[in-house]
Amino acid sequence: MTDPLQDPVRFIDQRTAAAPLLRKGLRYLFPDHWSFLLGEVALYCFIVLIGTGVYLALFFDPSTAHTVYHGPYTELRGRDMSAAYKSVLDISFSYKAGLLIRQTHHWAADVFVAAMVIHLMRVFFTGAFRRPRELTWMIGLILLFTSLLEGYLGYSMVDDLLSGMGLAIGYGVGLSLPVVGGPAMLWLFGAPFPGKGIFWSRMYIAHVFLIPILLATLITVHVALVALRHHTQFRESRRHTNRRLIGVPMFPGQAPRSLALMFGVFGILFLLGGLIQINPIWQWGPFEPYYATNGAQPDWYLGWLIGALRLMPNFDVTIGHFTLIPNPFWGGVAFPLVVLGVLLAFPWVERKLTRDRSAHNLADRPRDAPNRTAFGVAFLSWVFIIFSFGAADRILVLWGIGYNTQLYVFRVCMWVVPAILFLVVRRLCRELQHADRIEGIREQAEEEAEREREALAMGSGP
Amino acid sequence: MRLWRWVLALAALLAHRRSSGSGGGPHDGRIVPEATPSPRAEVVVAILLLIAAAFAAGFVAAYGLLGAQRLPNELLGVCLGLSLLFVAAAFVVVAKRLVVTEELEEEYPVEHPEEQEAVARIVRESGSGFTRRRMLVGAGGLAAGALGLAAITPAVSLGPIWDTGPLDESPWRRGRRLVDENDKPMLASDIEPDTFYTAFPEGADKEFIGSSVVVVRLSPSSLRLPPGRRGWAPYGIVAYSKICTHAGCAIALYRKPLFPQVEPRPELVCPCHYSTFDPATGAAVTYGPAGRPLPQLPLMVDAAGYLRAAGNFSERVGPGWWNVRRPPTFVRTPS
Repeated sequence: MTDPLQDPVRFIDQRTAAAPLLRKGLRYLFPDHWSFLLGEVALYCFIVLIGTGVYLALFFDPSTAHTVYHGPYTELRGRDMSAAYKSVLDISFSYKAGLLIRQTHHWAADVFVAAMVIHLMRVFFTGAFRRPRELTWMIGLILLFTSLLEGYLGYSMVDDLLSGMGLAIGYGVGLSLPVVGGPAMLWLFGAPFPGKGIFWSRMYIAHVFLIPILLATLITVHVALVALRHHTQFRESRRHTNRRLIGVPMFPGQAPRSLALMFGVFGILFLLGGLIQINPIWQWGPFEPYYATNGAQPDWYLGWLIGALRLMPNFDVTIGHFTLIPNPFWGGVAFPLVVLGVLLAFPWVERKLTRDRSAHNLADRPRDAPNRTAFGVAFLSWVFIIFSFGAADRILVLWGIGYNTQLYVFRVCMWVVPAILFLVVRRLCRELQHADRIEGIREQAEEEAEREREALAMGSGP
Repeated sequence: MRLWRWVLALAALLAHRRSSGSGGGPHDGRIVPEATPSPRAEVVVAILLLIAAAFAAGFVAAYGLLGAQRLPNELLGVCLGLSLLFVAAAFVVVAKRLVVTEELEEEYPVEHPEEQEAVARIVRESGSGFTRRRMLVGAGGLAAGALGLAAITPAVSLGPIWDTGPLDESPWRRGRRLVDENDKPMLASDIEPDTFYTAFPEGADKEFIGSSVVVVRLSPSSLRLPPGRRGWAPYGIVAYSKICTHAGCAIALYRKPLFPQVEPRPELVCPCHYSTFDPATGAAVTYGPAGRPLPQLPLMVDAAGYLRAAGNFSERVGPGWWNVRRPPTFVRTPS
């Protein structure tokens, strides 16, 4: 009589000696809180990106060779365009399910970054980045910023009008790097913008191979670090301590939940790809360096950079006639580096300021750390206000506020609003802490009263 | 044969989970406590999975039966999306009804001081044969550095890294005719006042960043060009590089004053970051982030009435870089 479960397990253990590891893995504990699933959402988006991306790569032609379109989309018939753009038109119109895969890929990219940003906010506001998880935090940040580059390259390769405008801006920002900008951009593009055709091969290999490998490696390390250190947990009861983790084991409790989440994310992404149009590249037409259009918006996760580029006052740093730092450097390079730098340094800075060097497995509630929460909200609002100016044309269309007015309002708001929010949020956190203390005293008093009542009842009973 | 055994094992695993309902309480030597059997939940799971299968089959059928032009993207997306969502729903029922949700405790991992020390000692004691460490570290570092340099050296060939000359190039020079997008030479008399035109140097590559210019006609009395540009605007016709000096987008908008009280002058606008340039004053920046004016192309009109360049741009074109504010160099065919 063979045991259908034990036999394969024995087979595996005999060859790998991994039974103890398997057992541990099956009983790995997950704290039971919805906010710990945000990172998982990002992971499942990444899986969709790989799957749909492989399919798209089978049809995409990364070439700027001139070709004339004769496909089913009548508006562009007879137009001269690059082979890259034509191949994406073909994916969209000529291959069955091509449009679904393309739109799902694009949606997955947008949701991927969104899930990462929300995950980052969760980790920040609960102090989950603190020792011993600083490395997980930093790798997560590098993951996020690498993903922004990956997404940017993805829609730049298509060579429609929007891609070209985005690429021109990228070139302009790169060129603005002091000293090295000119040589670096010539080196990368092979020639002044729009560069040599071979640049498309470079974008392509970066988008479909180099950066995905980097992302996959970072994700592996990130998840491995989480697994080695375990998740943080909230102080939901007295049993939840800094020493002991309380959670649901991977198997059987957590596995079906995570699988449900995974299939749920997959399903929603394909519904989005099927039902809600995203980046209709056929409407923009092919790119030429002398074309541009108003009302152009990049993918949402680049909006903060557009906003920063737009908000800068118009100056280049010069000595006489000698240009040192052209303007796009501030919005396109300095601003994102400041954001990344502040976030990377935050665990170490906070440790220095609070003199708290101990290891934390218990997550804070936002109110538990008023200064951190207040700073986080202020910083977030700073980035968000700059992001909002990236949608200045939408604001004009929606509310009829002219660019000039908007510019001055935003330039003031981006400094004033975060400062006010910092004070308000810090006060709010302290008030909430105070309320907690009062609540604690009340509960204690009620407990005591209850005990006394019981004692009285016992004493006066028969 | 072996494969068959694996399939059997998988089936048995599923069967086992379903039949794990019989038997004693939580303290009968089990690892996982017993779940309460729920035959109705199992039926629900099966139904959800069957619906998922039906939608997936619908996807295949739609793909197979309808031609590429008659196959709605929505149908494919709904089939695949709903199929996946029904699988998700099945797992939700499994999680809620068919498996136990245990609450277990575990110690958080702690530091291992002995192991840390052992690791350090292993490395240290292994090096007992080395006495001249700094020499070896220096030599090793040199070898690694040189090899690393050698490894990345071929990447220098990607582009002209030492020679930034191509950035300075422009195909314009005195006498070159202005043509439109269809290579038709432009007559000065073709240029109407309330619109703008895109022009290129005759015979040059239009995609080259130094090629395209915007041409507008203003009333000559409104012109306030910088000193030294007398005669650059015959009949009030001015031409500027079409590439924004901020980040390299095309200056694709021409704002003629619809509301003179708000915008008293016509202006050229880049739609990317709204850098706005006043064509009457040498394309000085009036709004937005651009750090320098658009380079101006001096114009002249030949005997036949055609527009020709009267020289090269006033300055280098495109987004700024280190020391960009210099006159461009002419090349017939830009590299």
